[in-house]
Amino acid sequence: MSSKKVVLRFGADIADQPIIYKLVKDYDLVINILKANVNPQKEGTLVMDITGVNTEQGIEYLRRLGVRVQSLTEEIIQNEEKCVSCGACTDICPTGALYMERPDMVVRFNSDRCVVCHLCVKACPMKAMEVRF
Amino acid sequence: MAVEKTFQEINERIKKGQAVVVTAEELVNMVKEKGVTRVTSEVDVVTTGTFGPMCSSGAFLSLGHSKPRIKMNKVWLNDVPAYSGIAAVDAFIGATEVPEDDPLNSVHPGEFRYGGGHVIQDLVARKKVLLKATGYGTDCYPRREIETEITIDDINEAILFNPRNAYQNYNCAVNLSTRTIYTYLGMLKANLANAHYSTSGQLSPLLKDPMFKTIGVGTRIFLGGGIGYVVWNGTQHFPGVNQDDNGQSYGHAGATLSVLGDLKQMSPRWLVGTSMLGYGATLTVGIGIPIPLLNEEICRYAAAGDDELYAPIMDYSDAFPNLNSSNLGYVSYAELKSGKITVNGKEVPTAPVSSYPRAREIAGTLKQWIQKGDFLLGEPVQLLPNADAGIKVNTLKG
Ligand code: SF4
Ligand code: SF4
Repeated sequence: MSSKKVVLRFGADIADQPIIYKLVKDYDLVINILKANVNPQKEGTLVMDITGVNTEQGIEYLRRLGVRVQSLTEEIIQNEEKCVSCGACTDICPTGALYMERPDMVVRFNSDRCVVCHLCVKACPMKAMEVRF
Repeated sequence: MAVEKTFQEINERIKKGQAVVVTAEELVNMVKEKGVTRVTSEVDVVTTGTFGPMCSSGAFLSLGHSKPRIKMNKVWLNDVPAYSGIAAVDAFIGATEVPEDDPLNSVHPGEFRYGGGHVIQDLVARKKVLLKATGYGTDCYPRREIETEITIDDINEAILFNPRNAYQNYNCAVNLSTRTIYTYLGMLKANLANAHYSTSGQLSPLLKDPMFKTIGVGTRIFLGGGIGYVVWNGTQHFPGVNQDDNGQSYGHAGATLSVLGDLKQMSPRWLVGTSMLGYGATLTVGIGIPIPLLNEEICRYAAAGDDELYAPIMDYSDAFPNLNSSNLGYVSYAELKSGKITVNGKEVPTAPVSSYPRAREIAGTLKQWIQKGDFLLGEPVQLLPNADAGIKVNTLKG
């Protein structure tokens, strides 16, 4: 079953609701939270991966609650021709999507863990990390 | 009796296809197993490699004459200015040069997407490069401007000449401040959140012949995928020994090389245009140096492993920019390569900016060249000054 990556943005009014619980319990979805952040104003951003047959219904439920749901259509790819395995991106990537395989010190990219933050796109000295739409 | 070999003897063995060549990485383990004496007698040459950003790089291009002739006063290659105050149609393109309309760091951190290093990579990749030049007109060189496409094969000479490459050792950079900083060692996160370093450690050429017992003017090397030469010590060649406050020694550092070779036979895999966010454009260069095991002392130095080689930890938010030499201690390349080190009591993730897999590939390629008999050792006509030379660093007043 294919999964869908989405960015959720919700306001302070609903930040205290058990939204994820509902998605799992009522819609039978498998949720993998890739990134979560609540700012001092209590507004939240959540990047997650949703898998399940009721994905669309679950997203509909979120929208009804007032959550802004954005699908992650941008994708980051590693241009293997250009990457020299220098490693400069590996401690910049916040999710470990770019990591070093030891002891060979070859840099690998696991796109499943990527939250498309673009940090590597800027930090890579070889411009080997590219944005795809 | 102690083993003593000469360059000539080793070259004879290379010509006959009998030379025993190992990479520096292989040597480390061999010496641990068999000991220095046996390995020195068994092995002829050790190959090293490094592949990292090296700013002081560039290429002399002798562009050829146009009809009618022009004395080029200003030259641009893909809009990147090249220095042309040499001769009528000669220019030097420097790796860190950027186009005149580059926003630089006006919107911080600047991206520096294209610069002299990228021009050099495009040239060796045999891509078309736009040449623009202007002249003031003279009786013998009347033309005043030219705009044409060139490839490296269209021009007469292209010589890679890097005044300062292959740093013997380098800092491990951290950031003690509360904001992200953008350095030539990459992006350093605030509050000591990461550490970057840049040598290939146990594969790194000048860490393996730290006292310049074999490397000198005329040493033949792997340069940018082709064959090059050490032509002098590099600029800012300050060979010395790293010490902590108690006088404990942490190995050799500070030496550099000046290298040269025919750009036309090099490859874009080993000369890569590089953009350091917020810092500038540069060139990542692949260099490999063979070290002949002439005696046990040379073998002992060359056999130093990552656990015996140390880098000083330097704060790039304050100590480095303000030319304050105090550091935060030393860390071994084994620790750096493990992915985390401890600085000021805090565990800090590490990442290199030079590629270890590529360094290994260079040492392996050079080993093959020598084994096949294609690559003879260049015996230096003059060795380079080492830590005993007492070279002092000058700093500018003002
Ligand atoms: S910074 Fe770029 S070139 Fe270096 S390892 Fe990461 S993706 Fe590859
Ligand atoms: S965009 Fe780059 S830095 Fe950000 S999560 Fe993806 S791989 Fe990591």
